[in-house]
Amino acid sequence: MKSEWPLWEVFIRGQHGLSHRHVGSLHATDAEHAIQNARDVYTRRKEGISIWVVPAAHITASSPDDKGAFYDPADDKVYRHPSFFNIPDDVGAM
Amino acid sequence: MYAQMIKSEATKDDPEKLAAFQARIDAGDKIEPKDWMPEGYRKTLMRQIGQHAHSEIVGQLPEGNWITRAPTLERKAILLAKVQDEAGHGLYLYCAAETLGVSRDELTEMLLDGRMKYSSIFAYPTLTWADMGAVGWLVDGAAIMNQVPLQRTSFGPYARAMVRICKEESFHQRQGFDIMMKMVNGTDAQRRMAQDALNRLWYPALMMFGPPDADSVHSEQSMLWKIKINGNDELRQKFVDQTVPQAEYLGLTIPDDGLTWNEDKGSYDFTGPDWSEFFEVLKGNGPCSAERIEARQNAWDDGAWVREARLAHAAKKQATQMVAE
Repeated sequence: MKSEWPLWEVFIRGQHGLSHRHVGSLHATDAEHAIQNARDVYTRRKEGISIWVVPAAHITASSPDDKGAFYDPADDKVYRHPSFFNIPDDVGAM
Repeated sequence: MYAQMIKSEATKDDPEKLAAFQARIDAGDKIEPKDWMPEGYRKTLMRQIGQHAHSEIVGQLPEGNWITRAPTLERKAILLAKVQDEAGHGLYLYCAAETLGVSRDELTEMLLDGRMKYSSIFAYPTLTWADMGAVGWLVDGAAIMNQVPLQRTSFGPYARAMVRICKEESFHQRQGFDIMMKMVNGTDAQRRMAQDALNRLWYPALMMFGPPDADSVHSEQSMLWKIKINGNDELRQKFVDQTVPQAEYLGLTIPDDGLTWNEDKGSYDFTGPDWSEFFEVLKGNGPCSAERIEARQNAWDDGAWVREARLAHAAKKQATQMVAE
Protein backbone atom coordinates (compact mmCIF):
# COMPACT_ATOMS: atom_id res chain seq x y z
CA MET A 1 0.00 0.00 0.00
CA LYS A 2 1.34 3.37 -0.90
CA SER A 3 -0.20 6.67 -0.02
CA GLU A 4 1.38 10.05 0.57
CA TRP A 5 0.77 12.37 3.48
CA PRO A 6 -1.79 15.00 2.49
CA LEU A 7 -0.71 18.49 1.47
CA TRP A 8 -1.37 21.47 3.76
CA GLU A 9 -1.13 25.18 3.08
CA VAL A 10 0.57 27.21 5.77
CA PHE A 11 -0.30 30.75 6.87
CA ILE A 12 1.75 32.72 9.36
CA ARG A 13 1.11 35.94 11.27
CA GLY A 14 4.24 37.91 12.05
CA GLN A 15 4.92 40.05 15.09
CA HIS A 16 3.46 43.30 13.92
CA GLY A 17 -0.26 42.75 13.86
CA LEU A 18 -0.58 42.01 10.15
CA SER A 19 -2.90 39.33 8.81
CA HIS A 20 -1.85 35.73 8.45
CA ARG A 21 0.01 35.38 5.20
CA HIS A 22 0.46 32.35 2.98
CA VAL A 23 4.08 31.18 3.24
CA GLY A 24 4.06 27.81 1.52
CA SER A 25 2.92 24.25 1.90
CA LEU A 26 4.00 20.97 3.45
CA HIS A 27 2.94 17.37 3.92
CA ALA A 28 1.55 16.09 7.21
CA THR A 29 -0.81 13.38 8.39
CA ASP A 30 -3.16 15.55 10.44
CA ALA A 31 -3.63 19.13 11.63
CA GLU A 32 -1.51 18.80 14.75
CA HIS A 33 1.31 17.24 12.75
CA ALA A 34 1.00 20.00 10.16
CA ILE A 35 1.36 22.68 12.84
CA GLN A 36 4.49 21.00 14.20
CA ASN A 37 6.01 20.68 10.75
CA ALA A 38 5.08 24.27 9.91
CA ARG A 39 6.91 25.41 13.03
CA ASP A 40 10.07 23.61 11.87
CA VAL A 41 9.87 24.47 8.19
CA TYR A 42 8.58 28.05 8.27
CA THR A 43 9.50 29.68 11.59
CA ARG A 44 13.12 28.77 12.23
CA ARG A 45 13.92 32.48 12.55
CA LYS A 46 10.95 33.69 14.55
CA GLU A 47 9.04 34.63 11.41
CA GLY A 48 5.73 34.37 13.23
CA ILE A 49 3.75 34.06 16.41
CA SER A 50 0.69 32.34 15.00
CA ILE A 51 0.30 29.53 12.47
CA TRP A 52 -2.75 28.44 10.50
CA VAL A 53 -2.76 25.23 8.50
CA VAL A 54 -5.45 24.29 5.99
CA PRO A 55 -5.74 21.06 3.98
CA ALA A 56 -4.82 22.14 0.44
CA ALA A 57 -7.78 20.12 -0.88
CA HIS A 58 -10.17 22.41 1.04
CA ILE A 59 -9.10 25.57 -0.73
CA THR A 60 -11.31 26.84 -3.52
CA ALA A 61 -9.55 29.22 -5.86
CA SER A 62 -10.91 31.63 -8.44
CA SER A 63 -10.21 30.54 -11.98
CA PRO A 64 -7.12 32.07 -13.56
CA ASP A 65 -8.96 32.27 -16.90
CA ASP A 66 -11.44 34.71 -15.37
CA LYS A 67 -8.68 37.18 -14.69
CA GLY A 68 -10.19 39.79 -17.02
CA ALA A 69 -13.96 39.46 -16.86
CA PHE A 70 -14.23 38.51 -13.20
CA TYR A 71 -12.69 41.77 -12.03
CA ASP A 72 -14.25 43.94 -14.73
CA PRO A 73 -16.78 45.60 -12.43
CA ALA A 74 -13.95 47.45 -10.71
CA ASP A 75 -12.55 48.85 -13.95
CA ASP A 76 -14.96 51.75 -14.39
CA LYS A 77 -15.19 52.84 -10.76
CA VAL A 78 -12.08 54.93 -10.42
CA TYR A 79 -14.02 57.22 -8.08
CA ARG A 80 -13.48 54.63 -5.37
CA HIS A 81 -9.93 55.91 -5.10
CA PRO A 82 -9.41 59.10 -3.10
CA SER A 83 -7.11 60.51 -5.78
CA PHE A 84 -10.16 60.80 -8.09
CA PHE A 85 -11.23 63.94 -6.26
CA ASN A 86 -9.35 67.22 -6.53
CA ILE A 87 -9.36 69.03 -3.21
CA PRO A 88 -7.88 72.57 -3.38
CA ASP A 89 -4.61 73.00 -1.48
CA ASP A 90 -6.25 75.78 0.56
CA VAL A 91 -8.47 73.19 2.25
CA GLY A 92 -5.44 71.66 3.91
CA ALA A 93 -4.79 68.00 4.66
CA MET A 94 -7.71 65.66 3.99
CA MET B 1 24.54 25.21 -10.28
CA TYR B 2 22.19 23.29 -8.02
CA ALA B 3 20.36 22.53 -11.21
CA GLN B 4 22.93 21.69 -13.89
CA MET B 5 22.51 20.71 -17.53
CA ILE B 6 18.75 20.96 -17.46
CA LYS B 7 17.53 19.95 -20.87
CA SER B 8 14.81 22.23 -22.21
CA GLU B 9 11.90 20.07 -23.26
CA ALA B 10 10.50 20.53 -26.71
CA THR B 11 7.09 22.04 -26.81
CA LYS B 12 4.28 21.09 -29.21
CA ASP B 13 1.64 23.58 -28.29
CA ASP B 14 -0.71 25.82 -30.18
CA PRO B 15 1.53 28.62 -31.60
CA GLU B 16 -1.02 31.27 -30.68
CA LYS B 17 -1.10 30.20 -27.04
CA LEU B 18 2.69 29.96 -27.03
CA ALA B 19 3.01 33.53 -28.29
CA ALA B 20 0.57 34.81 -25.67
CA PHE B 21 2.49 32.92 -22.99
CA GLN B 22 5.82 34.36 -24.13
CA ALA B 23 4.27 37.84 -24.13
CA ARG B 24 3.25 37.38 -20.49
CA ILE B 25 6.80 36.36 -19.60
CA ASP B 26 8.30 39.25 -21.54
CA ALA B 27 5.97 41.62 -19.70
CA GLY B 28 7.34 40.33 -16.40
CA ASP B 29 4.18 38.46 -15.38
CA LYS B 30 4.55 35.62 -12.92
CA ILE B 31 3.19 32.29 -14.11
CA GLU B 32 1.13 30.53 -11.46
CA PRO B 33 0.45 26.76 -11.22
CA LYS B 34 -3.11 26.91 -12.56
CA ASP B 35 -2.26 29.21 -15.47
CA TRP B 36 -1.91 27.73 -18.92
CA MET B 37 1.72 26.89 -19.69
CA PRO B 38 3.49 25.06 -22.50
CA GLU B 39 4.17 21.40 -21.75
CA GLY B 40 7.89 22.02 -22.29
CA TYR B 41 7.92 24.81 -19.72
CA ARG B 42 6.20 22.58 -17.19
CA LYS B 43 8.49 19.60 -17.76
CA THR B 44 11.70 21.62 -17.84
CA LEU B 45 10.79 23.44 -14.65
CA MET B 46 9.77 20.23 -12.94
CA ARG B 47 13.18 18.79 -13.70
CA GLN B 48 15.00 21.98 -12.73
CA ILE B 49 13.19 22.57 -9.43
CA GLY B 50 13.34 18.85 -8.64
CA GLN B 51 17.09 18.77 -9.18
CA HIS B 52 17.46 21.91 -7.12
CA ALA B 53 15.47 20.31 -4.28
CA HIS B 54 17.45 17.07 -4.47
CA SER B 55 20.67 19.09 -4.26
CA GLU B 56 19.54 20.71 -1.03
CA ILE B 57 18.66 17.34 0.47
CA VAL B 58 21.75 15.46 -0.72
CA GLY B 59 23.76 18.56 0.24
CA GLN B 60 23.00 17.80 3.86
CA LEU B 61 25.15 14.67 3.71
CA PRO B 62 28.68 16.07 3.28
CA GLU B 63 28.06 18.51 6.13
CA GLY B 64 26.09 16.09 8.27
CA ASN B 65 29.29 14.06 8.15
CA TRP B 66 30.92 16.55 10.55
CA ILE B 67 28.12 17.30 13.02
CA THR B 68 29.27 14.73 15.55
CA ARG B 69 32.90 15.83 15.17
CA ALA B 70 32.54 19.62 15.26
CA PRO B 71 35.38 21.11 17.32
CA THR B 72 33.17 22.97 19.81
CA LEU B 73 29.60 22.83 21.03
CA GLU B 74 28.94 26.22 19.43
CA ARG B 75 30.25 25.06 16.03
CA LYS B 76 28.14 21.93 16.36
CA ALA B 77 24.98 23.93 17.08
CA ILE B 78 25.69 26.25 14.14
CA LEU B 79 26.38 23.38 11.74
CA LEU B 80 23.23 21.61 12.89
CA ALA B 81 21.20 24.76 12.23
CA LYS B 82 22.76 25.11 8.80
CA VAL B 83 22.03 21.52 7.84
CA GLN B 84 18.47 21.94 9.10
CA ASP B 85 18.13 24.99 6.84
CA GLU B 86 19.18 22.86 3.87
CA ALA B 87 16.39 20.43 4.70
CA GLY B 88 14.00 23.40 4.81
CA HIS B 89 15.24 24.61 1.42
CA GLY B 90 14.65 21.18 -0.01
CA LEU B 91 11.10 21.20 1.33
CA TYR B 92 10.26 24.66 -0.07
CA LEU B 93 11.50 23.50 -3.46
CA TYR B 94 9.76 20.12 -3.44
CA CYS B 95 6.48 21.95 -2.76
CA ALA B 96 7.16 24.31 -5.66
CA ALA B 97 7.84 21.32 -7.94
CA GLU B 98 4.68 19.59 -6.75
CA THR B 99 2.53 22.49 -7.94
CA LEU B 100 3.53 21.39 -11.46
CA GLY B 101 1.79 18.05 -11.03
CA VAL B 102 4.45 15.66 -9.78
CA SER B 103 4.18 14.04 -6.36
CA ARG B 104 6.80 14.09 -3.60
CA ASP B 105 7.18 10.32 -3.73
CA GLU B 106 7.68 10.40 -7.50
CA LEU B 107 10.39 13.03 -7.10
CA THR B 108 12.16 10.93 -4.47
CA GLU B 109 11.93 7.80 -6.60
CA MET B 110 13.39 9.64 -9.57
CA LEU B 111 16.37 10.73 -7.45
CA LEU B 112 16.91 7.22 -6.14
CA ASP B 113 16.73 5.46 -9.51
CA GLY B 114 18.92 8.06 -11.22
CA ARG B 115 16.31 9.61 -13.50
CA MET B 116 16.88 12.93 -11.72
CA LYS B 117 20.25 14.36 -10.72
CA TYR B 118 21.60 16.48 -7.94
CA SER B 119 24.41 19.03 -8.10
CA SER B 120 27.85 17.62 -8.94
CA ILE B 121 29.40 19.39 -5.95
CA PHE B 122 27.82 17.04 -3.42
CA ALA B 123 29.48 13.99 -4.94
CA TYR B 124 32.76 15.15 -3.38
CA PRO B 125 33.89 14.10 0.10
CA THR B 126 34.39 16.37 3.12
CA LEU B 127 37.65 15.06 4.54
CA THR B 128 38.52 17.55 7.30
CA TRP B 129 36.82 20.17 9.45
CA ALA B 130 38.30 22.84 7.15
CA ASP B 131 35.98 21.49 4.45
CA MET B 132 33.03 22.78 6.50
CA GLY B 133 34.57 26.23 6.14
CA ALA B 134 35.32 25.84 2.45
CA VAL B 135 31.87 24.42 1.65
CA GLY B 136 30.09 27.31 3.36
CA TRP B 137 32.38 29.90 1.84
CA LEU B 138 32.66 28.53 -1.71
CA VAL B 139 29.65 26.27 -2.29
CA ASP B 140 27.07 28.45 -0.57
CA GLY B 141 28.80 31.49 -2.06
CA ALA B 142 28.36 30.04 -5.54
CA ALA B 143 24.78 29.05 -4.73
CA ILE B 144 23.89 32.58 -3.67
CA MET B 145 25.28 33.94 -6.92
CA ASN B 146 22.90 31.71 -8.85
CA GLN B 147 19.90 31.94 -6.56
CA VAL B 148 19.67 35.70 -6.15
CA PRO B 149 18.71 36.25 -9.81
CA LEU B 150 16.33 33.26 -9.62
CA GLN B 151 14.17 35.27 -7.24
CA ARG B 152 13.01 36.96 -10.46
CA THR B 153 12.26 33.72 -12.29
CA SER B 154 8.97 33.58 -14.17
CA PHE B 155 7.33 30.75 -12.18
CA GLY B 156 5.70 32.20 -9.06
CA PRO B 157 6.17 29.29 -6.60
CA TYR B 158 9.84 28.88 -7.62
CA ALA B 159 10.52 32.61 -7.27
CA ARG B 160 8.88 32.70 -3.83
CA ALA B 161 10.87 29.69 -2.64
CA MET B 162 14.02 31.45 -3.83
CA VAL B 163 13.17 34.58 -1.84
CA ARG B 164 12.99 32.53 1.35
CA ILE B 165 16.13 30.59 0.53
CA CYS B 166 18.20 33.66 -0.28
CA LYS B 167 17.27 35.25 3.04
CA GLU B 168 18.76 32.25 4.83
CA GLU B 169 21.71 31.51 2.58
CA SER B 170 23.87 34.42 3.62
CA PHE B 171 24.23 32.97 7.14
CA HIS B 172 25.59 29.81 5.52
CA GLN B 173 28.30 31.54 3.56
CA ARG B 174 29.37 33.73 6.45
CA GLN B 175 29.61 30.87 8.92
CA GLY B 176 31.85 29.10 6.39
CA PHE B 177 34.12 32.12 5.98
CA ASP B 178 34.21 32.46 9.77
CA ILE B 179 35.52 28.89 10.05
CA MET B 180 38.16 29.66 7.41
CA MET B 181 39.26 32.79 9.30
CA LYS B 182 39.63 30.76 12.47
CA MET B 183 41.68 28.12 10.67
CA VAL B 184 44.08 30.50 8.96
CA ASN B 185 44.69 32.32 12.22
CA GLY B 186 45.45 29.05 14.00
CA THR B 187 48.45 26.73 13.89
CA ASP B 188 50.50 25.85 10.81
CA ALA B 189 48.67 22.55 10.64
CA GLN B 190 45.32 24.38 10.62
CA ARG B 191 46.52 26.72 7.88
CA ARG B 192 47.62 23.71 5.82
CA MET B 193 44.19 22.15 6.32
CA ALA B 194 42.48 25.34 5.13
CA GLN B 195 44.69 25.49 2.03
CA ASP B 196 44.10 21.82 1.33
CA ALA B 197 40.32 22.30 1.55
CA LEU B 198 40.53 25.19 -0.94
CA ASN B 199 42.76 23.13 -3.24
CA ARG B 200 40.28 20.27 -3.36
CA LEU B 201 37.04 22.27 -3.54
CA TRP B 202 38.00 25.13 -5.88
CA TYR B 203 37.38 23.32 -9.16
CA PRO B 204 34.29 21.43 -7.99
CA ALA B 205 32.92 24.85 -6.93
CA LEU B 206 33.64 26.33 -10.39
CA MET B 207 31.90 23.34 -11.98
CA MET B 208 28.72 24.16 -10.08
CA PHE B 209 27.88 26.83 -12.66
CA GLY B 210 27.70 24.20 -15.39
CA PRO B 211 29.63 23.81 -18.66
CA PRO B 212 30.69 26.81 -20.79
CA ASP B 213 27.78 28.56 -22.49
CA ALA B 214 29.16 27.58 -25.90
CA ASP B 215 28.45 23.94 -24.95
CA SER B 216 25.16 24.57 -23.17
CA VAL B 217 22.68 23.76 -25.87
CA HIS B 218 19.64 24.12 -23.64
CA SER B 219 20.21 27.56 -22.21
CA GLU B 220 18.51 29.60 -24.88
CA GLN B 221 14.95 28.35 -24.42
CA SER B 222 15.27 28.45 -20.63
CA MET B 223 16.46 32.05 -20.80
CA LEU B 224 13.53 33.02 -23.01
CA TRP B 225 11.22 31.47 -20.44
CA LYS B 226 13.12 33.25 -17.65
CA ILE B 227 13.76 30.07 -15.75
CA LYS B 228 17.46 30.65 -16.27
CA ILE B 229 18.51 34.23 -15.80
CA ASN B 230 22.29 34.37 -16.36
CA GLY B 231 24.78 32.49 -18.50
CA ASN B 232 27.05 29.93 -16.84
CA ASP B 233 30.27 31.73 -17.81
CA GLU B 234 29.01 35.08 -16.60
CA LEU B 235 28.20 33.72 -13.14
CA ARG B 236 31.43 31.74 -12.95
CA GLN B 237 33.43 34.88 -13.76
CA LYS B 238 31.52 36.84 -11.14
CA PHE B 239 32.23 34.14 -8.58
CA VAL B 240 35.97 34.12 -9.34
CA ASP B 241 36.16 37.92 -9.17
CA GLN B 242 34.43 37.93 -5.82
CA THR B 243 36.28 35.01 -4.30
CA VAL B 244 39.90 35.74 -5.23
CA PRO B 245 40.18 38.81 -2.96
CA GLN B 246 38.55 36.83 -0.14
CA ALA B 247 41.18 34.11 -0.54
CA GLU B 248 43.87 36.80 -0.46
CA TYR B 249 42.40 38.15 2.73
CA LEU B 250 42.67 34.67 4.22
CA GLY B 251 46.25 34.37 2.99
CA LEU B 252 45.32 31.32 0.91
CA THR B 253 46.35 30.57 -2.67
CA ILE B 254 43.82 29.73 -5.36
CA PRO B 255 45.08 26.49 -6.94
CA ASP B 256 45.37 27.92 -10.46
CA ASP B 257 48.72 29.01 -11.94
CA GLY B 258 46.87 30.69 -14.77
CA LEU B 259 45.00 33.07 -12.50
CA THR B 260 45.86 36.69 -13.38
CA TRP B 261 44.15 40.04 -13.15
CA ASN B 262 43.16 41.29 -16.57
CA GLU B 263 43.25 45.06 -16.44
CA ASP B 264 41.48 45.51 -19.79
CA LYS B 265 38.37 43.55 -18.93
CA GLY B 266 38.51 44.48 -15.26
CA SER B 267 38.29 40.89 -14.07
CA TYR B 268 40.40 37.78 -13.57
CA ASP B 269 41.58 35.38 -16.25
CA PHE B 270 41.53 31.87 -14.90
CA THR B 271 41.87 28.24 -15.94
CA GLY B 272 38.55 26.48 -16.30
CA PRO B 273 37.74 23.10 -14.76
CA ASP B 274 38.36 19.73 -16.36
CA TRP B 275 34.93 19.21 -17.88
CA SER B 276 35.40 15.50 -18.48
CA GLU B 277 35.47 15.12 -14.69
CA PHE B 278 32.24 17.11 -14.42
CA PHE B 279 30.44 14.91 -16.95
CA GLU B 280 31.62 11.78 -15.16
CA VAL B 281 30.34 13.11 -11.82
CA LEU B 282 27.02 14.05 -13.36
CA LYS B 283 26.71 10.53 -14.75
CA GLY B 284 26.92 9.28 -11.18
CA ASN B 285 30.63 8.43 -11.16
CA GLY B 286 31.80 11.01 -8.61
CA PRO B 287 33.95 10.00 -5.64
CA CYS B 288 30.91 9.81 -3.30
CA SER B 289 28.06 9.37 -5.81
CA ALA B 290 27.24 5.82 -4.79
CA GLU B 291 27.51 6.64 -1.09
CA ARG B 292 25.13 9.62 -1.42
CA ILE B 293 22.39 7.67 -3.17
CA GLU B 294 22.85 4.77 -0.78
CA ALA B 295 22.35 7.14 2.17
CA ARG B 296 19.18 8.55 0.60
CA GLN B 297 17.92 5.06 -0.24
CA ASN B 298 18.49 3.95 3.36
CA ALA B 299 16.71 7.02 4.71
CA TRP B 300 13.79 6.28 2.39
CA ASP B 301 13.62 2.58 3.31
CA ASP B 302 14.19 3.06 7.03
CA GLY B 303 11.62 5.85 7.14
CA ALA B 304 8.90 3.78 5.47
CA TRP B 305 7.42 2.49 8.72
CA VAL B 306 7.32 6.06 10.14
CA ARG B 307 5.44 7.35 7.10
CA GLU B 308 2.95 4.48 7.36
CA ALA B 309 2.60 4.63 11.15
CA ARG B 310 1.84 8.35 11.12
CA LEU B 311 -0.88 7.85 8.54
CA ALA B 312 -2.35 4.93 10.50
CA HIS B 313 -2.27 6.96 13.70
CA ALA B 314 -4.01 9.91 12.05
CA ALA B 315 -6.72 7.62 10.63
CA LYS B 316 -7.26 6.00 14.02
CA LYS B 317 -7.46 9.37 15.77
CA GLN B 318 -9.99 10.60 13.24
CA ALA B 319 -12.11 7.47 13.68
CA THR B 320 -12.11 7.89 17.47
CA GLN B 321 -13.10 11.53 17.12
CA MET B 322 -16.00 10.65 14.84
CA VAL B 323 -17.28 8.04 17.30
CA ALA B 324 -17.05 10.59 20.12
CA GLU B 325 -19.09 13.09 18.11
